[in-house]
Amino acid sequence: MAEFVMPALGADMSAGTLLGWRKRPGDTVARGDIIADVHTDKADVEVEVFTSGVVEKLLVGPGEKVPVGTPLAVILEDGKAAPVLPPSVAVEAAHILASPSAKALAAELGVDLASVRGSGPKGRIQRRDVEQAAKAAGPPPAPPAPAPRPAPAPVEPEGAEAAMRRAIAAAMARSKREIPHFYLSETIDLSRTMGWLAQENLARPVQDRLLHGVLLLKAVALGLREVPELNATWQGEEVVPSDAIHLGVAIFLRGGGLVAPALHDADGQTLNELMRSFRDLVSRARAGRLRSSEMTDPTITVTSLGERGTESVSPIIFPPQVAIIGFGRLVERPWVSEGQILPCPLVTATLAADHRVTDGHRAAAFLTAVSRLLQEPEGL
Amino acid sequence: MTTDEIRDTVLRMLGEIAPEADLGEIEPDVDFREQLDLDSMDFLNFVIAVDEELGIGIPESDYPRVATLESFVAYLAERMGAPGVEAG
Repeated sequence: MAEFVMPALGADMSAGTLLGWRKRPGDTVARGDIIADVHTDKADVEVEVFTSGVVEKLLVGPGEKVPVGTPLAVILEDGKAAPVLPPSVAVEAAHILASPSAKALAAELGVDLASVRGSGPKGRIQRRDVEQAAKAAGPPPAPPAPAPRPAPAPVEPEGAEAAMRRAIAAAMARSKREIPHFYLSETIDLSRTMGWLAQENLARPVQDRLLHGVLLLKAVALGLREVPELNATWQGEEVVPSDAIHLGVAIFLRGGGLVAPALHDADGQTLNELMRSFRDLVSRARAGRLRSSEMTDPTITVTSLGERGTESVSPIIFPPQVAIIGFGRLVERPWVSEGQILPCPLVTATLAADHRVTDGHRAAAFLTAVSRLLQEPEGL
Repeated sequence: MTTDEIRDTVLRMLGEIAPEADLGEIEPDVDFREQLDLDSMDFLNFVIAVDEELGIGIPESDYPRVATLESFVAYLAERMGAPGVEAG
């Protein structure tokens, strides 16, 4: 028998609100299956289960906010027969299209999203739909009678944006307090890269076009193979290297804030695969459909300002990672190449690294590798 | 499809890309990516939606021509041969 507990889905997450169950007692689950949806201060997350078996009991109902580590369900690992679903336990078996703030409000007000009619595109449930449903329903129904468990903390009446800002503040303050950052920068000439990309995209259907951000991601992933000590986490008082390269990708969210979920095994993906994964990840991040492993697995983070914003960014490391690389906006500037001054597309890469783990020499080797890899796009 | 129908279609597609945006506030002659805070992934998704729904593939070299709502609508109208549209 195993307890499925409220996972820690970020460095400073202390509690989460259960939005709904995807499984019911008696259902079989396999490692990696999505079993529940959880709202955190930073995102709505599809939580995966890390054991295989049969769901025996659901201990927490939708709308309840509980501390990290609180048992949410009991799973029989040996697959023995389990009791049928008690009628008092609400189950959200299918995913519901709703904005993150609508989900959070529904959890606060005890509104079952399955009963709400969405007024947004493709029937997406908006915050106002939840407010109307709550008014129409009157006072929220009494919660189900689950098995004994720790008393749930009250859901705080603050907005989703304020909660996310607070979560980011906590993580970044901890990072600056605990991690001795040092920074290195490199300006990279992307003339060949952008020319290659333009030719590639010219020959591709619109659906298969690549963004230059994907080239940045792949170059970082391959650079980590050459300087693997930056692909690690700091746990306790020691660095723990990661065998896999899971790039955290900083994604800004509409309405404020950002998340940095993982692109798993980025170094082993082709550019086409990485583009599909990246597109899917951004889409799900903004729809509030990230998975728990994506929130917990990044081994380094990449942030890019793309075609807009400033020319460079000096980022802050996401604990427990030990490095983050930021790419500024792509700009055209005079550049000396083979004795000539030419207008060239340039990008400035800035690496922030943890001085407990590495030093300037190795960090420079990594940035140099990223620069070289980026300028050889055929090899990405 | 008339120019007005193209504009309505474009606005609907933009609403799907940026559901929180107030589309009624878009200034027609100002870069809509700036106004709606669309990044390169959003814009690619938008271009894909245009291709799939209207059958118009927009090459990257034409991106500067479709920066504002009005220029985007005019570009599509021209490509689609909408009535009353002069090429330019």
